[in-house]
Amino acid sequence: MKTKNILLAGAFALFSLSAAAQVGAPYIHDPSTIMECDGKYYTFGTGGGGLISEDGWVWNGGAVRPGGGAAPDAIKIGDRYLVGYSATGGGLGGGHAGRILTMWNKTLDPNSPDFAYTDPIEVAHSEVDEDCDAIDIGFLMDPNGRLFCTFGTYFGNIRMVELDPATGARKEGAQDVDVAIDCEASTMMYQDGWYYLLGTHGTCCDGVNSTYNIIVGRSRSPFGPFLDNVGRDMLQGGGKMVVAAEERRFGAGHFGRFIVEPGVEKMSFHWEGDLDLSGRSTLAIRPILWKNGWPEAGEILQDGNYKILSRRRGYALELTVDFVRAQGGMRGFGRQANEPVVVLENQKLEEVIGGWPAGNIPVRANDYMARPHQQWTIEAVPEAGGYLGGPWYKIVIQGTNRALAAVEGHELTTVPEFTGADEQLWRIEQLIDGTWRIVPKAIPGCHHPEKFCLYSVADSTPTLARFDFNNDNAKWDIKAR
Amino acid sequence: MNKVLSTLSVAIGLVLLMPGFSGRAQVYADRSTQLDKYLVPVTTPTAAPDAQGFLGRWLLLEPISKPNRSNTVFVDSYIREVFGQEYFKGQLGDVLPKDGAKVKMTVEYQPPVNLQGGRPSFNQPPQYEQKKVTLKWHAFDSKMPNVKLFRFATNLTEDRYGVIFWACTVVNCEEDIPNVRLAVGSNSASMWWVNGEEAVILSGDRRRVMDDCASPRLTLKKGRNVIWGAVINGPGMSDFCCRFIDEAGKPVKNITLSVQ
Repeated sequence: MKTKNILLAGAFALFSLSAAAQVGAPYIHDPSTIMECDGKYYTFGTGGGGLISEDGWVWNGGAVRPGGGAAPDAIKIGDRYLVGYSATGGGLGGGHAGRILTMWNKTLDPNSPDFAYTDPIEVAHSEVDEDCDAIDIGFLMDPNGRLFCTFGTYFGNIRMVELDPATGARKEGAQDVDVAIDCEASTMMYQDGWYYLLGTHGTCCDGVNSTYNIIVGRSRSPFGPFLDNVGRDMLQGGGKMVVAAEERRFGAGHFGRFIVEPGVEKMSFHWEGDLDLSGRSTLAIRPILWKNGWPEAGEILQDGNYKILSRRRGYALELTVDFVRAQGGMRGFGRQANEPVVVLENQKLEEVIGGWPAGNIPVRANDYMARPHQQWTIEAVPEAGGYLGGPWYKIVIQGTNRALAAVEGHELTTVPEFTGADEQLWRIEQLIDGTWRIVPKAIPGCHHPEKFCLYSVADSTPTLARFDFNNDNAKWDIKAR
Repeated sequence: MNKVLSTLSVAIGLVLLMPGFSGRAQVYADRSTQLDKYLVPVTTPTAAPDAQGFLGRWLLLEPISKPNRSNTVFVDSYIREVFGQEYFKGQLGDVLPKDGAKVKMTVEYQPPVNLQGGRPSFNQPPQYEQKKVTLKWHAFDSKMPNVKLFRFATNLTEDRYGVIFWACTVVNCEEDIPNVRLAVGSNSASMWWVNGEEAVILSGDRRRVMDDCASPRLTLKKGRNVIWGAVINGPGMSDFCCRFIDEAGKPVKNITLSVQ
């Protein structure tokens, strides 16, 4: 009986938090930056091997990386993948004679006839007792085509060295540069003229008790100095928080950036311990938000009741039904101070649903009035899978199964009953400015639904049109009610 | 003093150079309300849309009295019912009325209310009466992006509040123009038809907002395309603005307008 209760509790936790973490068997430590190869996603981890995903949401083992060692990273250069990893000297309380190695592969698909790693090349190393432990490689190709890698741990300095993007070897004459102190899992990224250095602070490798967290500083030069938001140099321990623990997941570490398209970015990292997954180390993916020039983690939308507001005007997505006056009526402008105060209730679904048509009802946008035809429940549909970093959702009128659906001609409607059909499933993800885009899984008659999103063609008229991050018509605010 | 003026000039110059400054001339307040400030009689066979694509040439029927004390009644079902009635022969048809043609009908109206005893309570049912009217069609070119129905009414007729306006025009195209939308703003609610098909409805207490509501994608066919619209208002100003927009939201301007 006790066992049964534990199982039931576990099942409930998985169901209720289904949109919070990758599903499948996403167990990994020190995940490399996610790579896309022939329609599949790959990440490699410490100890060799890694994860593969068909859709970016359901992850399972199967990726192949030889060499063992620690904390790999990967980058696509031209039509090849450069994979880096480290042969550690022991780490933590062990020796610190580390070696950073790189190798190439034409594909990451282990079943491809082209799958073959080149022999690894050493690009950096640390002596057994110097102020650096050469592990945890992170790559950056900057807009000028220069390839850099950072490496190091808590044992001394984080270092950066330039590599040759043609060979993956150390660039001739390049020297190691100290860029930070006492970090792990460092990497760099470039955005709007700034080089960002990310590192992980806190305690590693202690499951749900790990305090790992990802911090960042930035510089106009790839060689530093990298300063945080209050001007502290990362060589002095500075760093602004990017992502820390959540309520059920702890120990965020080993950042990697994945740009889906302009305005849509993801970060990969691991949780050292996920309470919903036996406290194991798991792959995490979150949106990257850019706020005042600093990156931070966004959200995966959680099941709940929401209003969906256009960024174009601020109008609320609603059913196209008659507006029904709520109780209270027109009260005039009198000031009868002695009138007893009465608390009025919001209009309820049962007061109005009888007047709604039984079949499909179109949608529009209008002034938000907290009315039932404007109140949406958004829930993940676990059996439908997902996309990079998120599950497919259904969007229904709260208290009903009336579901938002895409229809032929790139238009919208609501169907009386959610059936799970692809045109009723939605990709809902946070953009780099914190707003949301809402993309249908299918549009009848359309071969590329992934290019279309919920779009305000007029203040009050939503439709499906091509996503453009620089256009507020393509963005929505999704606010909990 | 000269130094102050000089500094001010430089400041104004800098403001004009600032990104986002539209460069549009100041719109000075003008208290006049005569008709030719808003609408002028049609004198040419065709007209082009304005710089933003707004359709300015319309046949307008003098307002039909339809008293409503509040615009909150303009829910979808109400305006469909009201605009679904036949007010004149050829309504929504392919042949436009003639400029100056007359329409006779019996309408409901709100006789003047004696406000000596204060404003009548909203909880009391309104006292409407009936009257016979003869209404005339007028072919106008609008001098503004919006067609100022209220000033059309105040200059030419006695009914201005609690009214229905009917409007129609012809959009001429040299070739099919697919995937465009009729984008409308109106004060207050309105309904619009393109070539006899309902295109877009604006329900509720609407304000004149550029591109407030848009039709589904449609094709403007080569040759004549007949546009009909009906606007209903209770108290307050009445006007509308219409234009066709493409997939990128840009105005469709390779069209001409006529009222025949």
